[in-house]
Amino acid sequence: MIGPRVGAAELDRDRTRFALPALALAAARILLLSSVFLPYWSMVLEAPQYPDGLELVAYVNRLEGDVGEIDGLNHYIGMRPLNEAASMERAASVWMVIAMAVFIELAATIRSKWAALLALPVLMYPFGFLLDLQFWLWSHGSNLDPRAPLSSSVQPFVPPALGIGTIGQFRTLGVVKIGWWFACASSAATLVGLWFHRRAYKPLHDAMRGGGSRS
Amino acid sequence: MKTRPIHFAALAAMALVPAGLPLPTGLGMISDAGASPIREPQDAPKKKKKTIGTTKEAAPVELTPESVAAIQALANARQLTPDDLLAAAKTYVPSGRHDDYLLFSSGGHSGQVFVIGVPSMRLLRTIAVFTPEPWQGYGYGTGEDVLAGGDIPGQELRWGDTHHPALSETKGEYDGQFLFIGDKANARIAVIDLRDFETKQILKNPITMSDHGAAFVTPDTDYVIEGGQYAVPLGSGYAPGEDYQKTYRGMVTMWKFDRQAGRIDAAKSFALELPPYFQDLFDAGKLTSDGLFFGNSFNSELATGGVELGKPPFEAGTTQRDMDYLHVVDWRKAEAAFKAGKAKPINGFPVLGMDTLIADGILYLVPEPKSPHGVDVSPNGEFIVVAGKLDPHVTVYSTTKLRKAMANGKISSKDSYGLSILDFDACTEAQVELGLGPLHTQFGPDGYAYTSLFLDSAVARWTLGGDYASMHEEPSWQLVSKTPVQYNIGHLSAAEGDTVSPDGGYLVAMNKWSIDRFFQTGPLLPQNFQLLDISAPGTAMPVLYDSPIGVGEPHYAQMIKADKLRPWAVYPEIGWDPVKGAIDPAAPKPGHEKVVRDGNKVDVYMTVVRSHFTPENVELNEGDHVTWHLCSQERTVDATHGFCIAGYNINVSLEPGEAATIKFVADKPGTYPYYCTEFCSALHLEMLGYMRVKPATQSAVAAGK
Repeated sequence: MIGPRVGAAELDRDRTRFALPALALAAARILLLSSVFLPYWSMVLEAPQYPDGLELVAYVNRLEGDVGEIDGLNHYIGMRPLNEAASMERAASVWMVIAMAVFIELAATIRSKWAALLALPVLMYPFGFLLDLQFWLWSHGSNLDPRAPLSSSVQPFVPPALGIGTIGQFRTLGVVKIGWWFACASSAATLVGLWFHRRAYKPLHDAMRGGGSRS
Repeated sequence: MKTRPIHFAALAAMALVPAGLPLPTGLGMISDAGASPIREPQDAPKKKKKTIGTTKEAAPVELTPESVAAIQALANARQLTPDDLLAAAKTYVPSGRHDDYLLFSSGGHSGQVFVIGVPSMRLLRTIAVFTPEPWQGYGYGTGEDVLAGGDIPGQELRWGDTHHPALSETKGEYDGQFLFIGDKANARIAVIDLRDFETKQILKNPITMSDHGAAFVTPDTDYVIEGGQYAVPLGSGYAPGEDYQKTYRGMVTMWKFDRQAGRIDAAKSFALELPPYFQDLFDAGKLTSDGLFFGNSFNSELATGGVELGKPPFEAGTTQRDMDYLHVVDWRKAEAAFKAGKAKPINGFPVLGMDTLIADGILYLVPEPKSPHGVDVSPNGEFIVVAGKLDPHVTVYSTTKLRKAMANGKISSKDSYGLSILDFDACTEAQVELGLGPLHTQFGPDGYAYTSLFLDSAVARWTLGGDYASMHEEPSWQLVSKTPVQYNIGHLSAAEGDTVSPDGGYLVAMNKWSIDRFFQTGPLLPQNFQLLDISAPGTAMPVLYDSPIGVGEPHYAQMIKADKLRPWAVYPEIGWDPVKGAIDPAAPKPGHEKVVRDGNKVDVYMTVVRSHFTPENVELNEGDHVTWHLCSQERTVDATHGFCIAGYNINVSLEPGEAATIKFVADKPGTYPYYCTEFCSALHLEMLGYMRVKPATQSAVAAGK
């Protein structure tokens, strides 16, 4: 336990004040860890000859959906296989998520403003995910094999990670999925947790700085 | 500290459900050929449609004054009556919607099976069975082993006269798993798997040369029945015509079906020796008549023809007597006799002799009006309807009475072979006069029977009695109405109309002649399948649609509810051998394509994917014995490739995931392009390669260096 101690009497008098940051940060951990099992993002590809559409679904550690068929189509324009994208991120993702959860756990036990620093990764995580995704979409779309059959008719392109794009006869629609929203909710819970954390412990710090110790 | 597990669980559940956790994509659980052939319903685990909108909820359709006016104008312009408009509306299936029923029709002497949607009557597919068919690659590189199963020593048989398709049944209901069909011309039987609509097995009947009552199945498809037609000495050896009575024989074969393997097990099959009466159609009993099957015959006269010698021709000789014989076979007793070792081998195939059939009470004859054609068992199994052909009546036998007569020995006489003939009056329930040339009968759900009238060129609706008497308003055993059909109907097929629970609604009249119904396509005209609406009771039974069949002369068809079938959209796994019904361990894999030479034996391992073959250059030497392994890497519906080699009579179809093996001798030196014969992609034209066969002289020189 780092930071000022809470007197038994005060703890007894104001139980909620000290429980709330712990609860919020616990919720953040649960949300973050469960997001690993849920899809973060998907892209639906529509074309006349695919009446049911094609779908690419991204989890933090794997790609699912019509990966084979999309790769098959992509070979015509010289795009690298989808599973060559973000391989490092996907391999590390579960450990990174666990690490972030541990950081929040630690943050809950540190009764100082440094707790905010530990919470920083999880606060940035959902946006980092989308940025990384867009980077790989750019990377794949911009580095097409010039010897591919359709290399002369399809110029390098960057599919938008979110919203509607067009490539050839395909219309693409990128959307975030429930896993990403779990990560977002985890960030929000962390933020709320930090606010409660400040409310709970800042008075103690202020009191200590004021020079008097309380009973 | 209070946690909130319930809240979180609810959240997680909410998260899981709309997230649509990805379905297991592989159908990898399928590993052997037969086990419970119904597996993945095609549309049950159907990926949810990923596009937006386009739901087809049944909303009331409102005809606006403008649309009524447009219909009126169209009716005037095209001279369509309100009945025509209704018929069109009853049969039109808008783009993207599917038919309610599938009609599995014999393809006649095309040797194929046709799959036709009802009510649209659109031809959905042909299934190559006895005849090579290039689109399916059947007999042009693949399928040769299946076709060879039907050959006789010294003769390849490469056409068939398919007559009677039989869907596999469970408890007397079509189960949508398999289809069997007989080849009248050569006495053969074929097994088709309805997961991929491909012929898996052809068997030549070892003891006779023509069949007709094929195929019919017992209620659980324990046996596929093949009844012979034109008698020959069993084993098909030579015997002069004068020996007809002594040595010529009819037969019925009980092919044991192994549902697990999806094949007929010839080793557990056997035949029954029958008198040479030209057995015709057969039908298996069900429910009350389960354990029996019935067949009729048309040459109890033992006519041997001889019009060239001034004797009565067959057509007269076989129609001299007023009565022929309905054959009643207790197949469970026959099975017991076979298992007791009472069968004697003929051509290596076990046959129960007529002495055993008599001694064990397996076969009884019952008189039937002469030269009948159809013998059809009512849905409850109680009535057996024999259509007279040369008699304006159908004769209805009662299973209860037949069983009683057999038990009580109500024998009126014996035939010249010593077979017991049951008393006609003791076995019949009714005779119903329908019209001229009654042939075949199907059933509805409402106590109606439907009989084709060849000479009257009509479909007759009539009422059954017994337990059916209360199901219709009209008196029992009475003609209700006739609908003229164009022209000269043979078989007819009502929706599930020969099962224990017919559906009614639709009936297809399989008319032999079309005469003036279609554009005159030269002197050879198509048949005309006419769709009738039999949904309303009473006299209304209108023709809805004419569908020309310009390939062969179909005979019988069965109509099954489409949602009973569970066909594969793609083969279960990459490397699937459709004939083996399993993964081919030799199927080429990506990255391992190669050409392996061992002396003059060459194995080519080629993968196939949009839009290239790997390898694209194959060098051979004249005289090489080539085994060419192909494997489609596709997993997408309808991503089919073809593979043809110029000059070598080779074309195979590679459906998604399919592995195929072609064997040939590279005996013609030269340069032969190969290419994909399916328009598989925008770069289909570019999907090609070269097979080069070096002349023997040059390869010898090369080897010498």
